[in-house]
Amino acid sequence: MTITENNTVDNGVNVEALLGAREMLSGAPAAAQFTFSATNEWVNGTHSRSTVSEFFGLGDDQAHRQPYSVDTDHPGIFASEDNGPTPPEMVLMGLAGCLTAGVASVAQNRGIQLRSVKSTVEGALDVAGILGIDSDVRNGFGGIRVRFEIDADATRDEIQAVVAQSQKRSAVFDVVANPTAIVVEVV
Amino acid sequence: MNPTRTTDVVVIGGGQAGLAMSQCLTSRSIDHVVLERGDTANSWRTERWDSLRLLTPNWLARLPGWSYQGDDPDGYMSAVEVATYLDAYRISIGTPIRTGVEVTRITSSGGRHVVETDDGPWSARAVVVATGACSNPHVPSIAADMPDHIEHVTPIGYRNPSQLGEGGVLVVGASASGLQIADELGRSGLDVTLAVGDHVRLPRMYRGMDIHWWMDAVGQLDERYDEVDDLDRARRLPSLQLIGSPERRDLDLTTVAANGVALAGRLVGRNGQSAQFSGSFANMCTSADLKERRLLDRLDEYATSHGLDAELSEATRPAPTGSVPPLLEADLRSIDTIVWATGFRPTYPWLDSQLLDHKGRLVHDGGVLPVPGLYALGLPFMRRRKSSFLDGVGPDATELADHLVSYLAHSIARSHT
Repeated sequence: MTITENNTVDNGVNVEALLGAREMLSGAPAAAQFTFSATNEWVNGTHSRSTVSEFFGLGDDQAHRQPYSVDTDHPGIFASEDNGPTPPEMVLMGLAGCLTAGVASVAQNRGIQLRSVKSTVEGALDVAGILGIDSDVRNGFGGIRVRFEIDADATRDEIQAVVAQSQKRSAVFDVVANPTAIVVEVV
Repeated sequence: MNPTRTTDVVVIGGGQAGLAMSQCLTSRSIDHVVLERGDTANSWRTERWDSLRLLTPNWLARLPGWSYQGDDPDGYMSAVEVATYLDAYRISIGTPIRTGVEVTRITSSGGRHVVETDDGPWSARAVVVATGACSNPHVPSIAADMPDHIEHVTPIGYRNPSQLGEGGVLVVGASASGLQIADELGRSGLDVTLAVGDHVRLPRMYRGMDIHWWMDAVGQLDERYDEVDDLDRARRLPSLQLIGSPERRDLDLTTVAANGVALAGRLVGRNGQSAQFSGSFANMCTSADLKERRLLDRLDEYATSHGLDAELSEATRPAPTGSVPPLLEADLRSIDTIVWATGFRPTYPWLDSQLLDHKGRLVHDGGVLPVPGLYALGLPFMRRRKSSFLDGVGPDATELADHLVSYLAHSIARSHT
C-alpha cells in the first residue's frame, strides 16, 4: 500500500502528477518516447547561442512556456570574449540541475521536507587533450565531483539515500557516466 | 503419439514449486499430473555450477509436508543435495510425475486447457506454470557487440574455473551468481574483471546469527505482494550478495577485490578494443551500503524490542565498500571469456502471447493469470518476498491451491446449471 505522506511536506514537487504519469506511461511505451532538441547559432569567435523551444513527447509536439537561450563562449585566458559559460561548464550546470531536481522529487515522495539544497560540481579537465598536446589525455573531464549540502528534516542516512536515488534516476548523470552514440551530419 | 489424456490439473515443472503444488493438490484430493522436461529438480541437477550452495541455511527449506531432517540445519545444501532433497520429497508425497516431457503449446477455450507435449496432449481444467525463475539466463544485447574471439558463458553453463582458458575473464553482474563466480575464478589465479551494477549487499552472519535467520525472524521474507510500495521494483531486485559456505564467510566487493578481482562499473558499451564501464560505480556502492545499514538498523531494533540484546553478540557493522577507483575501460584483447551473470528471465514460448506483457513477462495477480484456470508459481516476489526461495514457495502453493480448488468447484457448479 502506498504510504500517505505528511501533507505538510512541500518541496514544490507534484509527486502525484509524476506518479500518475509513470502509471499511465508504463501502459503506453510509445507515449514515453521523447525527443529533446536545441538549436545553436554561431555569433562570433568562440561565442555562440543555443536555444530550446520545442520538443516531442506524449505522442505530440510540445513547447516550453517560452524559448530559452544560453550564450556559451570561452574565457579571456583563452583569448576569447567570455560572453557566457564554457560548454563543459554547461554540462556541469546540467548535471547539478538534474540531480537537484531529483533530490527535490525523491525527497517529496519520501515525505522529507527540504529547507536548503546547495551543491558544487567540479570537473577536472586536462586541457592538454583539447589542445592536442598529449594524445593520451582525453578531451573531456577526467572525473567529476559533486558535493551536496542539504538541510532537511531527515537523518544523514536518509539524505544520502535521497541523493543516491536521484543519481539512479538522473538523465544527465546517465549521459555523462555512460557512452552515447552520436551522429553528426552536415546538411 | 498418445491420445489426449484428461486430468483436473496439469502442473508444468517438477522443481520445488511443482512438487509443492502437487502436495497441496494431493492433500485436497485433486487429480493432477506434473510434467517435467528433464528429471525431478532438473535445473538443480544439470544447470548449476559445481561449488554452488544454497544462499539459505538447511532449516530454511520447509515445503508443504516436508522439512530438513539432516544433522546440519545451519549448513547450506549443494545443488546436488537440493536435487536429492526434492527427490525424497517427491517420493514421500507420491507425486504423479512424467519426466522427460517437453510442453510445446497451451491453448485454452471453454474452461478447458489443452497442454500439448512431445509425448502427446493433456486436457485439464486448470494449469499451473511452475517452470521456475532461474532456467533462462538473460544476456543483454551488448553481448552481440563483443569481439569474435570471446567465449560467452552463462551461470547455467558454468561449472568450474578449469573449464575456462588461461586468458582474462570479464564477469558481468555482481549479484550472488556473478560475485561467487568472480570470486572462484579470481582465487584460481585467473585475471578477473567484475562489472558492477545495482546490487544488494548483506553480511552472512550478523551478531552471531545467519542473516536469513534475521530476515525470517523480522518477517522480511513474508512481506506480501499486495503490501509493498513498488511491486515491479521489488520483483526486479537483484539476488543478495551472499554465499553458502561451511565457514560462513562474507562475500562482497571488498572481499573479491582483496582476492585480486578488478572492479568496474556496469558494462555499458564497446569502443574499438575497449569495453566501457559506467561511471556510476561509486553510487552503486553507496546505495548498497545505505540499504545494508538500513536493514541492520531494523534488525537491531527488532533485537531490542524482543529483549534479545543480551543473548546476541555485539553489533559490529561491515565497513563501507572501499573506494578503490573502478575501471572505466578494459582491453578486450586480453579478455577471452565473458561470464554473463545478468539475471534470469523466464520465457514462455508455449504460451499465448496475450498472457505476456510487452517484455515477455507473465501477467498475473499473485500467481493468478487473467484466463480462469491458469496459474503461475515460483516467480520472484509472486505473493511474498520469499516466493522464489525453496522455503518460500510453500505458502504460495497453499494459497493458490485453495484458489484453484474453489475455481474448480465453481466451474463444476456452473457447468451443472
